[in-house]
Amino acid sequence: MNILSVLVILPLLTLFALFAGKGRRWVRTVATTGFGLQLACVVAVAVLFLQQRAVSEEAMLLCADVVWYAPFDIHYAVGVDGISVAMLLLSAVVAFAGVFSAWNMERDFFVWYSLLAVGVFGYFISLDLFTMFMFYEIALIPMFLLIGVWGTGRKEYAATKLTLMLMGGSAFLLTGILGIYFTSGATTMNILEIARGGIPMNHQYWIFCLTFIGFGVLGALFPFHTWSPDGHAAAPTSVSMLHAGVLMKLGGYGCFRVAIFLMPQAAQELSWIFLLLTGIGVVYGAFGAVVQTDLKYMNAYSSVSHCSLVLFALLMLNRTAMTGAVLQMLSHGLMTALFFSLIGVIYGRTHTRDIREMGGLMRVMPFASVCYVIAGFASLGLPGFSGFVAEMTVFIGSFEHADLLRRVLTILATTSIVVTAVYILRTVGRILYGPVRNPDHLKLDDARWYERFSAVALIACIVAIGVWPSGAQGLIYDSLGPIMEHLNLF
Amino acid sequence: MDLGNFLVMRQELGLLAVFVVLLLFDIFAGETPAMKWFRPLAVGLFALHTAAGFLPVPEGSAFGGMYATSRLTVLMKNVLNLGTLAVFLQAGEWLRGRETAIREGEYYVIALATLLGMYLMISAGNFMLLYIGIETASLPTACLAAYNKYREKSAEAGAKYIMMSTLSSGIMMFGLSYLYGAMGTMYFADMQPLVSADFMTVLGFVFFFAGLAFKISLVPFHMWAPDVYEGAPTATTAYLSVVSKAAGCFVLLLTLHHVFGNIGRIWYGILWVLTVATIVVGNLFAIRQRNIKRFFAYSSISQAGYIMLGVLHGTPEGLSAVVYYLLVYLFANMAAFGVIASVENHGGRTDIGAYDGLYRSNPRLAVVMMLAVFSLAGIPPLGGFFSKFFIFAAAAAKGDYVLVFIALVNTVVSLYYYLRIVRAMFINAPAEGAGERFRTDAYNSVSLVLCTAGVLVAGIASGLYGYIAGIGF
Repeated sequence: MNILSVLVILPLLTLFALFAGKGRRWVRTVATTGFGLQLACVVAVAVLFLQQRAVSEEAMLLCADVVWYAPFDIHYAVGVDGISVAMLLLSAVVAFAGVFSAWNMERDFFVWYSLLAVGVFGYFISLDLFTMFMFYEIALIPMFLLIGVWGTGRKEYAATKLTLMLMGGSAFLLTGILGIYFTSGATTMNILEIARGGIPMNHQYWIFCLTFIGFGVLGALFPFHTWSPDGHAAAPTSVSMLHAGVLMKLGGYGCFRVAIFLMPQAAQELSWIFLLLTGIGVVYGAFGAVVQTDLKYMNAYSSVSHCSLVLFALLMLNRTAMTGAVLQMLSHGLMTALFFSLIGVIYGRTHTRDIREMGGLMRVMPFASVCYVIAGFASLGLPGFSGFVAEMTVFIGSFEHADLLRRVLTILATTSIVVTAVYILRTVGRILYGPVRNPDHLKLDDARWYERFSAVALIACIVAIGVWPSGAQGLIYDSLGPIMEHLNLF
Repeated sequence: MDLGNFLVMRQELGLLAVFVVLLLFDIFAGETPAMKWFRPLAVGLFALHTAAGFLPVPEGSAFGGMYATSRLTVLMKNVLNLGTLAVFLQAGEWLRGRETAIREGEYYVIALATLLGMYLMISAGNFMLLYIGIETASLPTACLAAYNKYREKSAEAGAKYIMMSTLSSGIMMFGLSYLYGAMGTMYFADMQPLVSADFMTVLGFVFFFAGLAFKISLVPFHMWAPDVYEGAPTATTAYLSVVSKAAGCFVLLLTLHHVFGNIGRIWYGILWVLTVATIVVGNLFAIRQRNIKRFFAYSSISQAGYIMLGVLHGTPEGLSAVVYYLLVYLFANMAAFGVIASVENHGGRTDIGAYDGLYRSNPRLAVVMMLAVFSLAGIPPLGGFFSKFFIFAAAAAKGDYVLVFIALVNTVVSLYYYLRIVRAMFINAPAEGAGERFRTDAYNSVSLVLCTAGVLVAGIASGLYGYIAGIGF
């Protein structure tokens, strides 16, 4: 069997294994083993991929292809390039860390969690538009129950809003996919083959808009981002981690793999519209975060800003900026997961996320507080952490364009770094330092070992990218070669 | 007369045999203890009949083209059989209740009579036989709707149904008279080349179509559906929403393409408008419903709209997609109605509040219901996702992207109200006094297992669609 298919089957097996035993202990064992194996498997995929890439000229490696629905040319086609491998690594790390942040959850939680993983991993390995879309939707639906059942606050409202908005996005998406299939001659659903054949110019415009908006909803494209703050705030810790860390990347990855890659000319000509929108998103998200008093809302707006930057960089359509975009996906995924896991630690003890009600936590829970500071520094782009590498690459790439619009937008987007520093430092100063505002907080304990494990694992990855950027960069940059060639063909 | 003609009709004859055996058993053993064998007998015989339907049957026509059978019509009848089998499995527990126990046998017999009518509708090669089939299918259905005769709502549902069905039959008959006037024949094969866009024919077609649209409950001919669905016993509601609707769709499919193919442009326009109206109205009205049967009435109205998406262009892909869609819809809807029947039998409630906390009291029922509504909403990897995709693909293949987009946006609306049920079952706390575990009877459990398996497997196993697409038109 193809090793990539294992990535889909393993979470499924985890799901079934959860039913084989009883008790919290069993659930923990199964979940950690399942997602641990998943991580190991993804690392194996990465190693295999790098070995094969050294000797192969193909764009996609480790491919497998099985005919599924012949009348519609639907295949189960999988394969990876450097970008998918990067995304797989991110997903596996965040999902594994998420298990530890959800240490006290019951079986049903992990059932949905595993199903979500099936969708996510299936999505990143798919080369067939239909299967890709199918996995995309599989990843969306568990969210409703994960947030609705185990969430906090206005959870039903948030869960419904999130599900409906994302499904609304897939309405755009499916129309676009059908458009791609039929206008490209209705002979294949395979992304690579469609790219080779091309799509007639008059159809590219509307299909590009539909698919970009469709994926953009999940990638927090302004003004379709409003599900994100409510959803993230209401979700339980590990779901926020996975959602902001991985699921939002599904949007960026889809914009890149489908919208831009298959409709290159339309992307070239229409990019200015979406550049404006994403530019607004970058700045608006950052300013939105400044005025929040709820830690999760703040982080959610910060995610909107960072994810908009991903789309912004993708739309610059040059190799440096796109490398930066993928790096930003990695960096933001790890960073935001770390943030949410720490917010979970704090909220689980103080039972409040309101910045105004907390203070001096550094004295009470030093470990969690130090991690929070590290996450903050990574978020505002301090050198040595992944955020710096990603944002630097993005802005350098964006500034390569000589035209006025892109330069002005790039300059405006860089202001978000300053604004990020404002809200991160202010929050750190307010909740971690100063006097302890609530005397009850003095009795609280620090993070447990499983929470520490989750945080340390994520920090390790953030630092790894920060101090050894060439590793991740090489993985991505080399794979962008054939894609850039395709984009510049015209 | 050539008795060989009857051999072509072996599915009808098989059904008739089951019908006669059950009728006689009911007449002669009706008041005796032997009646306890009635239910296994009815279900067993009908299951045999259903299984026999999958045996190869020769194609051909009988009685000078009055009756025709092909692999496609056999497949359609098999779909109806599956639906009816599920209804039989689900009806038993309710029928053994106090009010209906003395008439238990009749329910199955009457249902079989309507099924025979639907067989004739599908196999008709002549509008007269089609009309007779529709009448045979409609009139006894009113009895099924009014089966809880001591309940006002059930009686009302029966009365409403019979009034609407006679009205629609009248309209259809009126249209048929125009068609006969224009062409001088009622045989499909003879009419087909004569159909043209002259005034008489189009007028006749519109009336005929309107009559049929009542049966399928397309907007604006849907008014009867919610009231009847709400009032009728749950088993009958299931029968109406699945079997009866499927039969109507099949007939529409067959007549549009076998007879009115020449005026495709005209019915395309009519159908386009009705499709959009049906999907939108069905969905918007479903949002506000508190009664789950009424809710499913509107949901199945909008589902009929989706089905019409495949009928619109008359391509072979569209037609296979419609049959496949109806099959998956059957699995999902019957699973949902099985759960509704079970909940109603234990507590007598049909409002959405009865489903609060169902996952905690009866996790299996809740999971079945969830899978059913997710399939209806088109969530992968359930069958509904694939059937919706094929239907949309059939419409998009002809460039109808606007329609596809409207339909897709409506699936989001439909997801909202389907999620209401999921929310009630999984998130809401059970109401006071409710929330204890109850047992679903064995027959119903079998139907739930079969339907759930259908929902789960129909999409992932591509063989099913391949089989349907291979039959062709």
